[in-house]
Amino acid sequence: MPVCLFTGPLTATIAPTSGRCHMMSISPLTGLVGDGSMGGKMGVQLKRAGWDGLVITGKSDTPVGIHIQDNQITLAPAGRLWGMPADRVHDTLAPGKDSLACIGPAGENGVRFAAVITDRYHAAGRTGLGASLGVKKVKYIRVSGTGRTRVRYPEKLKQAREDIVRLTAASPALMGQFGLSRLGTGALYDLMDNRCMMPTHNFTATRFGPASRLNAHAYAAAFQPRRHGCKGCHILCKKIATRADPGASLPEFEAMSHFTALVGLDDIHAVTAANQVCNRLGMDTISAASALACFREITGRDLTPESLMTLLEDIAFDRGSGKDLKHGAAHYAESMGHPAAAMAVKGLELPAYDPRGAYGMALGYAMSTRGGCHLRAYPISHEILRKPVATDRFSFSGKARIIKISEDLNAVVDSLIACKFTFFAAGLEEYANALHGVTGNPVTARDLLAVGEKTVYNERIINSLNGFDARHDTLPDRFFDHPGTGCAQFFVPPIDRAGFESAKSAYYAVRGLTPEGRPTKEKAKQLGIDLHG
Amino acid sequence: MDDLIQKYAHKLIHAGLATARGANAPLIGGKDQALVWNRTAQEIPVLTSVFDRLAINSLVFLRPAPPYDRIIGFLADRALKTTGRITPTDCETRTFLHDLPVADQFTAQGMVQALSCRKTVIILTKDRRGQSRGPAVIAPGTVTPEQGFVHVSSVCFACFVKFFSDYLSGLKTGHTDPEMDAVYQQILPFLETSQPGTSPSSSLMSGPFTDEAQATAAMSQAGKQVVADGLVDSYFGNISCCLNPILYISQTGAALDELEGCIDPVPLDGSSSAGITASSELSAHLEIIARTGCRTILHGHPRFSVILSMDCDPDQKAGCPFNTRCHTHCPVSRHIKNIPIVPGEVGTGPFGLCHTLPKAFDGSDTVIVYGHGVFATGDVDFIPAFSHMTAVETLCKNHYLDQVKQLTQRTRKSELS
Ligand code: SF4
Ligand SMILES: [Zn+2]
Repeated sequence: MPVCLFTGPLTATIAPTSGRCHMMSISPLTGLVGDGSMGGKMGVQLKRAGWDGLVITGKSDTPVGIHIQDNQITLAPAGRLWGMPADRVHDTLAPGKDSLACIGPAGENGVRFAAVITDRYHAAGRTGLGASLGVKKVKYIRVSGTGRTRVRYPEKLKQAREDIVRLTAASPALMGQFGLSRLGTGALYDLMDNRCMMPTHNFTATRFGPASRLNAHAYAAAFQPRRHGCKGCHILCKKIATRADPGASLPEFEAMSHFTALVGLDDIHAVTAANQVCNRLGMDTISAASALACFREITGRDLTPESLMTLLEDIAFDRGSGKDLKHGAAHYAESMGHPAAAMAVKGLELPAYDPRGAYGMALGYAMSTRGGCHLRAYPISHEILRKPVATDRFSFSGKARIIKISEDLNAVVDSLIACKFTFFAAGLEEYANALHGVTGNPVTARDLLAVGEKTVYNERIINSLNGFDARHDTLPDRFFDHPGTGCAQFFVPPIDRAGFESAKSAYYAVRGLTPEGRPTKEKAKQLGIDLHG
Repeated sequence: MDDLIQKYAHKLIHAGLATARGANAPLIGGKDQALVWNRTAQEIPVLTSVFDRLAINSLVFLRPAPPYDRIIGFLADRALKTTGRITPTDCETRTFLHDLPVADQFTAQGMVQALSCRKTVIILTKDRRGQSRGPAVIAPGTVTPEQGFVHVSSVCFACFVKFFSDYLSGLKTGHTDPEMDAVYQQILPFLETSQPGTSPSSSLMSGPFTDEAQATAAMSQAGKQVVADGLVDSYFGNISCCLNPILYISQTGAALDELEGCIDPVPLDGSSSAGITASSELSAHLEIIARTGCRTILHGHPRFSVILSMDCDPDQKAGCPFNTRCHTHCPVSRHIKNIPIVPGEVGTGPFGLCHTLPKAFDGSDTVIVYGHGVFATGDVDFIPAFSHMTAVETLCKNHYLDQVKQLTQRTRKSELS
């Protein structure tokens, strides 16, 4: 299966947050479309080297590294690096200004949720792309470029940049006192606790008692982090410790939540260590934590900080219980005869927003073309962060169309490329102007949304060809059968199955799918896709 | 969707931008699977076709009620003769809308074209005799009809502020014309009937507040009064109340007349980040409280305060190196009476008002932000904050009207001599 690594038309320009790139293949974890946004400076270097993207086909018999220096592409033997953790690969190759993406032992050993680690701190975490590179025996990709992206109308681009930066400055979620810029994505931890949406004990509860001492404030006090971010970003949401464990990349919100509430631990140092282990060995933190929460539920064995570390290493090195767990929660639970204990959608483990507390999120998880993913529709924006306006999180009313439109929007964001966080504040209106400035071709938000719609439909077609349909577009039964943990102000009831099913049907209608969730030739044709068969 | 459509139709009427019946009644459509409207109207077929062509789920169509019809009609007409857009310089437009495109045909094609690039479009059609039915403002939403409501209301606010700003500076520089004078004279009666801050501040809860329930109830009450008195539009403005060690503050995008359940408790020691959903001016509120020891802060967008905040002497402006960036760079210490006017953008960016606003409270309990609005503080409750805000708005309005009167008289005299 090819692995593609692509930049977008805005990459390596002054368009805000355009420095990321996107990796895609078919996921070894789910069999669905598999992709991940990659931070760091890979996108910028690739573009400066003169390439829009890279398609890696076939496989090598022996470990290799791919070197790209402007228009020179070479394959270098990487046998001596095979087996090395990602941080040591970085130390050994010392890329300096070049960008370096690599896999760790997890990717080599076929962990189905293996990640690709870029520029030491950034992971393309989800859907197992590390394993996709591992199969090809590609240990790393190193890129350096000396060119410049030509911009047709620099003034127009500059104006768009100013508009976007002004909007982000006005956004409390991004640049405010408790925004991502100051506290990292961990800023969401207290909010999820406060909204009774924190997945706890493998989603059997939605509030975790010790949460208030495991929040971003606690990390800031313990690690005194400095800000770091992707190339070309002014938000800088990544946090690197300067104390306690200097240089350690602090966990993102998902890891903070899943390595505490989900697995039943309450030690921020254990979280940071687990996060580091996942980064070094090259594994997705969400899937890894979820597989362990599933393991805990099925075996009845509570985790300790030590056993957490041992199990993570066992997974990456394919030994002990790791031999089963490395296939992900769904495969593991199935093999243990407890399929209901896997908290995943279409094989992809769920992130740290309990869908009983946000029905758009429930629908978004179920419909996502890459499985249990919060980013395809990102309803957290309106259901929790109140942007562009707040919606009723305990209602399916209107959500089908909202989810459809935001999926299209996010497909555009992943193609431009920009960071999804920016869209808590800015919109396609401003980014269309940036794109116009770069290419010189007038383009509107509406034109871009049409591209997004086509992209999502295409993914639906790919998934459908691989046997996926409405039967798979659902949530684990737990969410329909058990309530979450409420608080003095409100209850968190189970999701009403009939309400969910009717929102799902509405979504299919709005998306132009059959009631069975399958694409149609007519809709495909309307979108300019030639659908055979 | 039905309830939301009705809700925002009522809010437009309540805000005085629309009427319950007749040509100025709001028309709002919402679509999940099926498209529904709040009423029947002859515009529906064309607007339905806008729905079909744009990725939206709601749309607000409004022929604004007087005096907005006159104001927007005038500005739209001028725009159609020049750039095709109205370019207000107030903060709501600057930050969120950029500029306001105008079209001269009520066609789906024209609206779709404009709405593909901007959040609103103004339509001004004329019959063969040059007669107009009045302007219409159209704004869609991708999430809820609240977006359309907010944007339509911002258009009305921005055009109001722009017209009066332009008129004053026109009088000062000799750039008004009979048409503009006529519009001004037509709207004058509306200004005389709508007095800012007609509710007595003494009807607000008096402090000191001792618990969360009291503090948030007082906030809700003050918020409702600010909206009822027309001192802020749609979901703008913010409000906070400090009850050591917690600051209660309205959430971002919370309408001040609907604060129940939309107030974030923010510990002053920063030990929780649940306030990530708090108002974008949280940092400024915290700093003002730390500097002044006040307990309550109220922020609204009263119109004449906004208009006068941008009133700069034409000669001074002509010679100022920052005259295109007044809202962020104004270097002059400006006042209306003794109330300071400071530059600053929304939020915490390098030119954010969090850097300018708190300092200005060292010598005043009311501060105006250039082109944006008024912040006012109170020691124990919202009574003084509310009366400061209404006082400054009344002052600004009277000052504006006086200036216009004097300038008009001067112009007449010079025409006669
Ligand atoms: S916000 Fe964070 S993830 Fe997004 S581009 Fe900036 S640093 Fe990267
Ligand atoms: Zn304001």
